[in-house]
Amino acid sequence: MGKNHKKLSNNLEERRKSIGLTQQELSVKAEVSRKSINAIENGVYVPSTVLALKISKTLSCKVEDLFQLPE
Amino acid sequence: MNKKERKKHLIHLAFWTWSWVLTLAIATFGPEFFWEEKSALTIVAIVVNLAIGILMVLANRKLFNHYDELERKIHLESMGLTLGLAVIIGLTYSLLDQKNLIHSDAEIGFLVGFISITYMISLMVNRKRYS
Repeated sequence: MGKNHKKLSNNLEERRKSIGLTQQELSVKAEVSRKSINAIENGVYVPSTVLALKISKTLSCKVEDLFQLPE
Repeated sequence: MNKKERKKHLIHLAFWTWSWVLTLAIATFGPEFFWEEKSALTIVAIVVNLAIGILMVLANRKLFNHYDELERKIHLESMGLTLGLAVIIGLTYSLLDQKNLIHSDAEIGFLVGFISITYMISLMVNRKRYS
């Protein structure tokens, strides 16, 4: 698990690295700024539903595989 | 994120901002240095300045809509903070003037300067927060 926001856990960084993408490459594919990807991975920003869906589609996985409510 | 499109929006905003500043200067100093105070030219200069100001705001909105959601959030938080502080500080400043507790008259320029500085500082702080 990466660094998590208090309202949302994420493993975006692990998933991104596992398929060999840089933050820059993911940001281009998901049509969002690299800073947004970095902020989500660092748990300082909770993405909107649309952005979460875009990222999960780019990484070919389900949204729940990337983001979970903290236990 | 389309960098070319962003650059285009930035150039438009810069163009309208500088045009607004220029027409504001003309409307302010024109009656003093170039034509009579109560001339129709003064009204024309003020109306042109107002129209260009509206175009500047529209250019700013276009750029804002081009931002991604994190950037929008950063700008919105900064605007919210700036608006709140501007109202509070503006009214306090006005009250101080009304009660003759400050030596000079309250000037709108002070508030504009305050808004600019507050917005820039809150943008820097929020960018740092979300990095």
